[in-house]
Amino acid sequence: MSSGDEAHRAAERAARSSYGRLVAFLAARTRDVAAAEDALAEAFAAAVRSWPVEGVPANPDAWLLTVARRRQLDDFRRRQTRTSGEAHLQLMADEMEEASRSGDAVPDRRLALMFACAHPAIDRGLRAPLILQTILGFSAEQIAAAFLIPPATMGQRLVRAKLRLKQAGIPFAIPEREELDARLDAVLEAIYAAYGRGWSEVEGGTPGELAGEAIWLGRLVVSLLPRQPEAKGMLALMLFAEARRPARRDPSGGYVPLDEQDTSLWDTAAIAAAEALLAGANAEGPSGRYQLEAAIQSAHVVRRRHRIDTWPAIVALYDHLLALTQSPVVALNRAVAVAERDGPTVALPLLDAMATDPRLAGYQPYWAARAALLTRAGRRGEAREAFTVAIGLSTDDAVKRYLAQRRDTLGKPD
Amino acid sequence: MRYMMLIHHDQQALAAAPQQELWADYAAFNEALAKAGAGFSSGERLKGGEAATSVRVRGGKTDVLDGPYADTKEQFAGYFMIDVADLDEAVAWAKRCPSSKYGVIEIRPLWADAPGKR
Repeated sequence: MSSGDEAHRAAERAARSSYGRLVAFLAARTRDVAAAEDALAEAFAAAVRSWPVEGVPANPDAWLLTVARRRQLDDFRRRQTRTSGEAHLQLMADEMEEASRSGDAVPDRRLALMFACAHPAIDRGLRAPLILQTILGFSAEQIAAAFLIPPATMGQRLVRAKLRLKQAGIPFAIPEREELDARLDAVLEAIYAAYGRGWSEVEGGTPGELAGEAIWLGRLVVSLLPRQPEAKGMLALMLFAEARRPARRDPSGGYVPLDEQDTSLWDTAAIAAAEALLAGANAEGPSGRYQLEAAIQSAHVVRRRHRIDTWPAIVALYDHLLALTQSPVVALNRAVAVAERDGPTVALPLLDAMATDPRLAGYQPYWAARAALLTRAGRRGEAREAFTVAIGLSTDDAVKRYLAQRRDTLGKPD
Repeated sequence: MRYMMLIHHDQQALAAAPQQELWADYAAFNEALAKAGAGFSSGERLKGGEAATSVRVRGGKTDVLDGPYADTKEQFAGYFMIDVADLDEAVAWAKRCPSSKYGVIEIRPLWADAPGKR
């Protein structure tokens, strides 16, 4: 990579960090995210043009706020300032003053903005897109591509959601103590959904941009709420998954399952960071969903790296997770772990019991797991059928090829 | 922000409720609204849908119809007004309203109060 590219990336990163901070700061009082974004759009574009050349200014926030205000003043003058414009200018002047009073940094209200975006009154499916747009400055097109929705539709939904933030009176605030856990769950869920999108968008092992941004948001939440174990648990979970990304595909792009991955390709720094976060989370509070899932990933790392049989611990962790979530996906993963501990003939009845759950009928991992266990139990005909269903439900070509290869090793039908 | 809180009742659930307790709860709730301040009004209860009349004028012709505008299982049954900082406080008032157990409280910000008002 050339140094010019690097300067550009550094500038973009600084600008993005400032962007969310300034949107959050400007919208905190008015609850008007769209107006805050409009005010900053040109300043942001100017920064991306000028910072790679001139260098990132010592106080990026102040630089952007000044440019944004100048642009807005010009705009109001051109339009023969209406009364609402004057009110807005007054508000902006107040905000500028507040920002300058607070020293060199604009007060960080990004967490409050995230809580607004993930408010129960906002449609669940829109919380992650809203956070990506307001905190990171993603365009509707970028978000639409990640969430497999037409860009125009995503654009309209985001506009409506921002209008709703303003008109319904959704608070831009960190919730009170008794509400905090439940509301933080929604924030974490939105960030994890963004990560999940980034995880599946991966092609041939290249790091997904969205996954990286989700991790950045996870770090932000941990830094702003350092005493929340679940926030740390979620960041640890994302880092464990990220650490394995280089090993998930072979050089020809083929899918490599966890147990066949070359552990020397794993990112040791990311694993160490995840372990430290998990230890911190465990020391701080009761185990929630993300902590348990991160602990399971940690047990997989120990199992593969040090060849220690941690399957009994993994089953025990899944027992807790299942009691907590009642999720059919967790029940499936638990059954797979039971197969490793007690053998496929013990685990297959567990899968049979789940077969009637309509949530699993179209769930690719269920059929892939079933096929693998039936193969190990020597039930080749049923295994072949299950592989076929799993291939039919896969959207990832590398996974399809992998499953087809495994089906072929079963030989032709009798 | 000012909100109108629209109470929609499920008539069957309401009829099955312990009546004495329900109206005692309502008396306390109205008392709390009355004490809450200037922007608050105590709950106003409406007569049932059978007492409603709906009127519309189309092309100079007036239709007067017998019955409520929307004939749904949950009927618009009353309202109260609040003046609070944000939606979270409005939700807290909705939860306090005894009718939230027997129907739905719809929270509607007043248009004149929206930040973008002209």
